[in-house]
This record gives sequence, C-alpha cells and structure tokens, in this order.
Amino acid sequence: MKANRFWSWGFLVLGVLYFILPLVGTVEFSLKMRRGVYSLDAYWAVIFDPRFQATFGYSVVMALATIVVGVLLVVPTAYWVRLKLPAWRPVLEFVTLLPLVIPPIVIVFGYIRLYNTSSWLPLTGTAMGTNILLMFGYVVLSLPYMYRAVDTGLRAIDVRTLTEAAESLGAGWPTIMWRVILPNVLVAVLSGAFLTFAIVIGEFVLAALLNRPAFGPYLQLIGANRAYEPAALAVIAFAITWGCMALIQVVSRFAPKPPTQPH
Amino acid sequence: MTSEPFLSIRQVRKSFGQTTVVQEFNLDIDQGEFVSFLGPSGCGKTTMLRIVAGFETPSAGSVHIGGKDVTDLKPNQRNIGMVFQAYALFPNMTVAQNIGFGLKVAGMPRAEAKARVDEMLALIKLGEFGDRYPYQLSGGQQQRVALARAMAARPQVLLLDEPLSALDAKVRVSLREEIRAIQKELGITTIFVTHDQEEALSMSDRIVVMHGGRAEQVGTPFEIYNRPTTKFVAGFVGTLNVLEGKVVDAAAGKVLVGDGEVVLAQSLNGAGAGDSLSLALRPEAISLGKKPGRDASIGGTISEVSFLGSVIRVRVGLGKDAVSLDTFNNPATPPPRVGEKTEISFSSADLLVLH
Repeated sequence: MKANRFWSWGFLVLGVLYFILPLVGTVEFSLKMRRGVYSLDAYWAVIFDPRFQATFGYSVVMALATIVVGVLLVVPTAYWVRLKLPAWRPVLEFVTLLPLVIPPIVIVFGYIRLYNTSSWLPLTGTAMGTNILLMFGYVVLSLPYMYRAVDTGLRAIDVRTLTEAAESLGAGWPTIMWRVILPNVLVAVLSGAFLTFAIVIGEFVLAALLNRPAFGPYLQLIGANRAYEPAALAVIAFAITWGCMALIQVVSRFAPKPPTQPH
Repeated sequence: MTSEPFLSIRQVRKSFGQTTVVQEFNLDIDQGEFVSFLGPSGCGKTTMLRIVAGFETPSAGSVHIGGKDVTDLKPNQRNIGMVFQAYALFPNMTVAQNIGFGLKVAGMPRAEAKARVDEMLALIKLGEFGDRYPYQLSGGQQQRVALARAMAARPQVLLLDEPLSALDAKVRVSLREEIRAIQKELGITTIFVTHDQEEALSMSDRIVVMHGGRAEQVGTPFEIYNRPTTKFVAGFVGTLNVLEGKVVDAAAGKVLVGDGEVVLAQSLNGAGAGDSLSLALRPEAISLGKKPGRDASIGGTISEVSFLGSVIRVRVGLGKDAVSLDTFNNPATPPPRVGEKTEISFSSADLLVLH
C-alpha cells in the first residue's frame, strides 16, 4: 500500500517536473535580458513593438470572426442533426475530425490551388479575400473542438422535447434557437469559442503561407532573430491559452442547471 | 340539427415505412370535453396525439379544430397547449418566465403578460415559486408549471401526453384531481393520453380505448367499463372474468355456461346452436350464493380465498372456467372455505358477449 503511494507520488512529481521545468526555464530566461538582474525588459520590448500590436490585433480580430462564423455554422448544424437527422451523426463526427488528420499545410495548398487569381473564385487576389479565406481555414481547424463542445452541450438537454414544447407555445425556429437552445448550450459554445481563440492566436501555417500579418508568423520571425523576446512571447502565448482555459472553467459555473428528469 | 364538433379527426392513418401505427381513426370532440386515449404501449395513442399537435403529419386523413382544417399547419400555428411526460420546462428560465414564454412569443404587452402569469401561478398554487428555476422544484411542481405554461396563452386545445406517469402514486392522484378541476374551471377542450385505466376512468368525459392503431371503443367511462364491446376492451379495462359458453337455442338467447343455462339479454353476434361464445362478467356483478334480483346461477367449487381487509376476493371454479368475485368482509360471518361447494348468481343483463 505504502509502496504504491510512493510510486504514485513519484510519477506525479516526475510529470509535473516534465511540464513545469521547461516553463520555469523559459520564464527565467525571458527575465534575463538586462545583464545581472531579473527584469521585464523583454516583455516591454515585445509589447511596445508596433509589429506585436499589429499582428496580435489582427489575430484577435480573426479569432473573433472565426468564433462567430464557427458558432453560426456549428450550432444550427449540430442541433438539426440531433433533432431531425440522428442517423447522420457518425458522418458529421467523421467530417469534423478530418482537420485533425489532414495537415494544415495540405489544407492551405488546396486553398491556394482552388482560390488563386486564375480560379473561378479568386479570393487570394485581394487582401480582404485572403483574410476571408484564412478565417474559413481557421473555422475548419477549430471544427473538431467547436463541434464536440456544442454536441456535448446538446447531449445534456432534451433537445427534441424542448423544441416541441417551444413549438407548441407558438415559437418559430429563430425564437427556439435564440431563446431556448442557445442559452442552454451557451457554456458549451463558450468553451468551444475559447478553444478556437487559443488555436487561432498561435496558428502559423495557414497565416504564413497565405502571407497574412498574424501573430503566429510574428512569433516565428522574432524567434529566428532575437534572443530574449521569443521567450517572453512564448510566455505571453501560454498565458493567453491558460487564460482561455480558466475562462472555460469560470463560465461553466454559470450553466443552467438541468431540472430533475422523470425516471 | 346537430352542432359541429369542435375537434374532428377524420379517417386518419399514419405509417412509418411499412409499419402502420394509426389506422382508420375517426373521432369528434365537443368544446370543453375531456377525452382520454387509453391503451397499452405501442397502440398508437401518442402518435395520434402528436398528429393533433402537428408534430407528425398523417399519411391520410385530416384534423379539424374549430371548423378549420389544421392538417397542414405547423405546431406553432395551431394554438394548442401541450404537456409532456418529461415536463420539458426550459432550464434557463424561471418558473414565471416559463409560464410567460408563450405570451411573450404571442407579443402580449408586458403588464398583461405578468398579470396572466400571476393568475396561472395562483391557479396551480405555486404563487411563491415564480422566481425559482425548474431544478429547484419537485417533479409534481414541475408538471404543474408545465400545465400552467401550456394553458397560459389560452389555447384552443390542451394535449396531455402521459403527464402523470413519471410521478409517484400519491402525487399522481392529487395532480390528476387538480388537472381535472383546472380543466373544468377553464372549460378547455382536452385530450389526455394514458396507459393507466384508473386515470382515464376517473378523469374523462369520454375514453377512446386504442389497440393496434385503431379506436377499439369510444364511450363514457361508465360505458367502457360496464359495456365493453370487444374482448380487448373488456380485458384491458378493469378485472374481468371470461367464460366460454355454448349456444343451446339461438332464437331464445339460451347459452350453456358451466353446468347452468343462462338466457342472454344481448344478441349472440349471429352465433347458431352448438357454437361457442366468449362471455364476460365483472367481479362486482357476481354474488356468492343465490341473491334476489339475480336471474342466473351456476354451481361451482371455491378454489381460492384472499382476505384483502374490507373485501374478500373469492375464486370459484366452474368446470374448466373460473371466476373471481368480491364480497364485503363481515366480522360476524366467517369467510368461505376452499373446496366448499357453492353457487354464484348474477343478472344475465350483466353477462357481456365479446366480439
């Protein structure tokens, strides 16, 4: 019994060290820009760099647009499949898993071939068109997370009966979606949204190959040319991701509690 | 001149692929009437209710409410209220918001809607619970809120889909009385789906007994219980003794049951001399021993005696058949003994010929 506990704690400590030590090392290194003392110089250098502000702002806007389009695409689709086409759920599960299997570089090359300036829809011909293409690329990349989050939320409520109850009370589809379904899966949607935000902020391949001024390529650029700033940027990126995770935990406390169900 | 029925279901059939779940269903319901669809699982009662609600489209036939054909109308255009077995309260809304949902959808002014919500809360005796969420209520309270929500917008028809079956026995009895009282008070036309005969018998103006997708018999609780027209209805509603009889004289209605001859008041369904007939008798229609006013009697042997407190249930063997009957417990008289020879008597008018 005691030996078991020893090994359990031993593995836990080992695991924690495996994750924590590189982070501690990165944080420590990011604070060493000024010779001989710890300082936040690297952070200030990064934060006050106009390119940081521009690329970070660009990625935030792209992330918000991705979340809006992703929610508008995924929530009605997942709802409709649960309500009317349950036999199609495995198909949808498979399709939404594809972005995890197909490398982003394949996706982006496909986009460039399909939407180049000599194609029927020349999205890459303009900056706005390329932004839209990038945003849809992000929607695809975040699909596995957004779909699963929303589907889990829908599983927690009796979608069919709630829909029928609302219909019998005179509600049309927009009212049912906006006032009944969405509030009851809002926490799930927000979880998906925070995951999407974290993915978009750090994404490199799509943005670099579509030549857009996003945060991912900026991280790479700084990493290749500076010593301390990349460590500071890595810590900032980690903080953003963890912040998103913490927000998921916070909003999940505000989920509507399901009433007792009949047995 | 006969008045037009308020709700009319005409020649409705519903098939899912090769399976027909409702067939040749016809029913007229008057305004303010409380009608129950009673039947076992899979008999098509819920499907028929969903057709009236608009959640299912009939494969054939039509549904008319208030003289208007609503067959092709969506559920939200029919002005119906529905209560579900699973309560279906919106978890994100308070009790008051749940009740006011239909009013808000209908665009009722806020002050008027609030007054109506308060009125409904008072009606279901949950006036203090307006700010609570569904998860803070018991099952019975949730179902009362669901009832208030369904009736708040003054629907033309109230549909109740087994609303009591998820509740415990005590709550069921009190809630069914409450539902019936509220329905009478508001005079709302109601269809109630249940598989519980006691609920149907105690609450309904009329009962539709369903079997195999068809309306097997439609009648008042009294008619359904005392004058079942088919073997299924007789067997499904209440306890029933089924006896085999042999026609002795068809013209005179004379039938041999056990060792005694009985003259039936009913027609013999075209059976001739020597044919077999299925006959039914309710336990309460049978007396132990000869009793005045009972014109038929058959000899038998007591095979079982069960003491149930105020009542003693006695089983009497009649040749290859056996009947159960109830006698009141009288402390001054010892109960009958197993193996004792006896005679049962009944009124031949109570003997039902089953189809």
